[in-house]
Formats: sequence, C-alpha cells, structure tokens
Amino acid sequence: MKLSLTTTALALVLGLAAPALADIKIGATISETGPASFLGDPEAKTLKMLVEEINAAGGVNGEKLELVIYDDGGDPNKARTFATRLVEDDEVVAVIGGTTTGTSMAIIPVFEDAEVPFISLAGAIEIIDPVKPYTFKTPHTDRMACAKIFEDMKKAGISNIGMISGSDGFGASMHKQCLAIIGDYGIEVLADETYGPTDADMTPQLTNIKGKEGIQAVLNPGFGQGPAIVTRNYAQLAVGLPLYQSHGVASDGFIELAGAEAAEGVRLPGTALLVAGLLPESDPQRAVVVAYKEAYEKATGKPVSTFGGYAHDALRILVDAIKRAGSAEPSAIRDAIEGTSGLVGTTGTVTMSAEDHLGLDLSAFRMLQIEKGGWKIVE
Amino acid sequence: MPELLQFLLSGITVGAVYALVALGFTIIYNASDVVNFAQGEFVMLGGMITFFAHAAGLPLPLAALIAIIVTAGIGVALNKLAIEPARGAPVVSLIIITIGASIFIRGATQLVFDKQIHRFPAFSGDQPILIGGATILPQSLWVIAGALAVFVCLWLFFTRTLIGRAVLATANNRVAAQLVGINTNYVMTLSFAMSAAIGALAGVLVTPITLTSYDVGLALALKGFAAAMLGGMGNPKGALVGGLLLGILEAMTAGYISSQYKDAAAFVVILAVLFAMPQGLFGRKSTDRV
Repeated sequence: MKLSLTTTALALVLGLAAPALADIKIGATISETGPASFLGDPEAKTLKMLVEEINAAGGVNGEKLELVIYDDGGDPNKARTFATRLVEDDEVVAVIGGTTTGTSMAIIPVFEDAEVPFISLAGAIEIIDPVKPYTFKTPHTDRMACAKIFEDMKKAGISNIGMISGSDGFGASMHKQCLAIIGDYGIEVLADETYGPTDADMTPQLTNIKGKEGIQAVLNPGFGQGPAIVTRNYAQLAVGLPLYQSHGVASDGFIELAGAEAAEGVRLPGTALLVAGLLPESDPQRAVVVAYKEAYEKATGKPVSTFGGYAHDALRILVDAIKRAGSAEPSAIRDAIEGTSGLVGTTGTVTMSAEDHLGLDLSAFRMLQIEKGGWKIVE
Repeated sequence: MPELLQFLLSGITVGAVYALVALGFTIIYNASDVVNFAQGEFVMLGGMITFFAHAAGLPLPLAALIAIIVTAGIGVALNKLAIEPARGAPVVSLIIITIGASIFIRGATQLVFDKQIHRFPAFSGDQPILIGGATILPQSLWVIAGALAVFVCLWLFFTRTLIGRAVLATANNRVAAQLVGINTNYVMTLSFAMSAAIGALAGVLVTPITLTSYDVGLALALKGFAAAMLGGMGNPKGALVGGLLLGILEAMTAGYISSQYKDAAAFVVILAVLFAMPQGLFGRKSTDRV
C-alpha cells in the first residue's frame, strides 16, 4: 500500500514536472522493418536527422522538438496500436507516418477522433480523397503520375498504347487510376496485359503487344524487379516503340537492374530529388533538394531516396505550420497546415487548401529519360 | 508462327529455372522423404553471395564458386544444427523445421546483406539470339544447359554410384541401411550439402534473368515444388520434365489466353494431373507391405 502510494506520488510529481520541459512533442509511426522497410528505413532516418538539425539550430519558436518514433513493421494492427499510444500516452501534437497505404488508412480514424493532425507518407489517393479535416499527405498520387505520362504522350502525338501492368498492389492501383483518366487525353489502350510480381520472363505478353496493329507506345505501371525485367525483355524483342515506366521505379537502382543498354530511351515521371545535380540554377527546388541530398548522404552514408524525401517534406510542412501558428495546439497546427502556401519541398511546391490536403500539381513531377545510363530532364 | 516460337522459348527459359529449383528438392527428398522448404533460400543465397562477392571485386566465376561452397556449408549446418538433433521426429516435423530455417535464412540475409534487388552481368552478354523470328537470351541457354547437366549428374549419381544407392537405401529404410553398413548420418549430411550446392548453382545461373533479393526464395521454391510434384517428387527426370512443362504452360496461357490467368491455368493442370496420377508423371509407386 505504501509502495503504491509512493508510486502514485512519484507519478504525480513527474506528471506535474513534464510540462515544465516545454518541448513540442511530435509522433511518428513508420515501417522501419518488414516488407516496406525500403520505404520506411530512409523515412525514419530522415526524420531523426532533421529533428536533430532543427534542434541544433534553436528549435521551433524557441522550443525544442521531441520526436517519438515507433516501428510498426508495415503491420496495420501494430500501426493502430502505436497511433493510439501516440495520442493517449505520449500526447503528441501532430503525427507523421503511415509508410504504406495500408497502415495509413488504419490509423486515420484514430487521429480524426482525437483531432490530432496527421501527415501520411503513403501514395494512395484515398487518403486525402474525400478530404478529412485532420489528414494530409506528401507523396503525389498514382493518378498524377498517369496524368504526367499521358501529357507527355499527347505532346508526342501518341494516341494508341499498350499497357503491361504488375498484378501487385502498386501496379494494379496505378493501372486502375490510369484507366480512369486516360479518356481525358484521347488515348486508347489497345492491349492490356499483366504479369505477376515474381515472374521471370514477360516476353509472351510483350510479343502480343508488339503484334497488335497501331500501338505507338507501351506503358508499364509496376514496382520492384518486374519493370526491370519488362525493360530487358522489351530490348530483347526489339519492340522499337517508346517505353514509359512509372514513378515506382524512379531510382538509379532501376537503371542498374535493367542495364543501361536496355533502359536507353525509357521515359518516366520522377521527382526533382532524383536529378538534384541536373536541375538548372534557376529552379526553385534546387536549393532544397541539394541541401537534403547532401545532408542525408553525409549522415547515413547511403544514397538519398524519394521516400526519405516524403518524410522530409512532411516535417518541413509541420514545422512551418507550427511556426506560423505560433502555438503547438493540435487544432491551431491543423489550421496552419491547411494554410501552407508555396512551401518548397523535395517532391514539389506545396500549396494546400480546405479542398486539397496534398497541395501538389503536375509540376511536382519531372519527365525524365534514361540516356547512356543516366537521367535527362525532357521538358 | 514466330509468336508460337517466342512463347515456346519463353516457356523453356522459365521452365528451365523451375526445373533447376525442382532438381534441388530431389536429393534431400530421396534421402529422407523430407521436402526441404529452405531450397528456395539456397537459390537466393547462390545469387546474393555471388553478387556481393562480385561487387567486392572478385571475378564472376570465382564469386560463383564461393557462393556454391558457402551455400553447401550452410546446407550442412542446417542438417547438423536443426535436422539431426530432431532425428526420429516424424517427417512432418522435419518439414516444418525446414520452413523455420527458410524464415531464419531470409532474415539473416536481410541483415548481413541488404533489402535491395540485385543483378550481376549475364555470362555471355545480352545480345539476343534470333531463332526463326523469335529471340532468346544467351543466359537462357546457360540455364537450360545447367538444368540438363544437373539432371544427367543426378541420374548417374542415383543409378550408377554406390553412394547414390546408399542415399536411396537410407530413404527406404534407415535401420536396414545402417545394418548393411551405410553411415546414414553421413548420407544425410552429404544430401544437404549437394542439395544446397545445386540450389546455389541454380541461383548463380538464373540471377541475370530473374534478378535476386533476400525474399525471392519463397516464390522460386513454390514454383519449383509445384514442378517437382507435377513430375513426381524424388525423380530427377520428373523434376526436369515438370519444370519445363510448367514453364511452357504458363507462357502459352499468357500468350494465347490471358496473362491474368497464367498462374491459375498452370495450377489447374497440375491439380488435374495429380488427380489422375497422384505420384506425378514419373513418381515411383509406393507399395506399402502389410
């Protein structure tokens, strides 16, 4: 009895003492391990690095940031538990996270109920469409990637295409999004093929596409090794039409996997971060992406990735909002995030509104072409 | 007509990959009736170790040799540390142990190497070979040749060598095999080493085509297992024919019906075959004496 009294007293003292530290507590639930770890790992590293950087420079509004970060391993159930813990036990003022669409969708209700602003790092358009008051996100959507690709096709006078899509989550979702808007560009899909995410050879599908009359270009929405194999098979069959890949493989690793020779001429929408060194001096994003790239590569010794960039942007948006709000009250932060205007991030220039909780337009994507094993901006 | 030929060449390429994986199942199955579900992990290790040894500056053949030897060592360790201590356990328990081992190897690879996808250059370049309007990559020929070579070696091993017959005898009746002077522990260790080495060789040959990462083993093992079941578990001829059949079935379905039903069609055929011939195409009939 005495012991429990002491503990209660201690807890009380600690509880009273806590606000005196006056840190701004922000939370994160990220998939640092598990199947989405190649996304979550750079995200977590970025958040830790930037929080340290911000605190070293004096914090936000004179207060230090405190980052509470959990690893949900890509499991929506765990993410939900951590989200509840962030809100109820850690009492954070805002949360960044939800590496995957699955984990993000699972935790949105927690933050909507608790009225704590949440910035997701996942791709799906469902996260912000329809708009929910406390939910925001930083990565552009699959639909925007489709739009960017179709715009480029239209410019080149292409009106009939073949599609070969991965049957994994990413490929299937992007395939759906592309078909939803393709009519707006007057483009028609004459051949629609799929392949499994672990398939080793796609020549039968590509042979059928090659054999169809009238096809002017081929689009491959996909992720992982599939697009690299498609690109190699495409060269093997000498299809000879323009090949478009998706933003899912916008990385140097893709060129390496497909081989510079097979990947020659492949076009895809990528972010400014991927081509940081190639951006002209006048580009508004240049300073931001070069600074982030250099800091990240120095801190971790690993090449920078688009996914870490999403976390970078989320934290920048949050810090900017807290500064403008002049307060660390969740509802004040929410209003300030919605008022974000002209904030330059790695994925694009963010201008949010009550109807748009993503705040990016098509200029966030750069149309890139692979040339001699490197990237070239074609716009 | 060039379409048909292209589908066939694609099927043979993929089928040879399956056959190589399926062949790896044969030896351990023959020695112990255990289906080794870590077989796909051996294939993955072959590819991953070769890549990292090659990236560290070693010439490709040496990197491949190191990968095969290291993987064979891991196979021996798997037998010594996990299978042998459970000696006397029912076959189902041993199979579950191999599933556990495969998860362990996958996790360890993730930590020791990384989570990225990798590829090393094809042995004889990437210039496609034209055959009657269709094309095939030189690396596919390597895989096909590899599958044939492993098949011939295994067939000779099981039918022409004393130690190969000792393996079969151990599977048939362990006690009787011991009574006639066969060192069954040695036979088990040897069969794990050989299976792992064949798996690693498969990994070395197929990686330029399929690419590799820490988690490719599971998918490869499933397809290899399906191929082995189709052909008849334990029979090298069955593994070869089953692998090629499965590959060609998939390619033809993708080419002529729809790529959506590629896997489904292949598995429907496998089910149909197994209903009619539960032992697979070339499986030995099991006769239980009462």
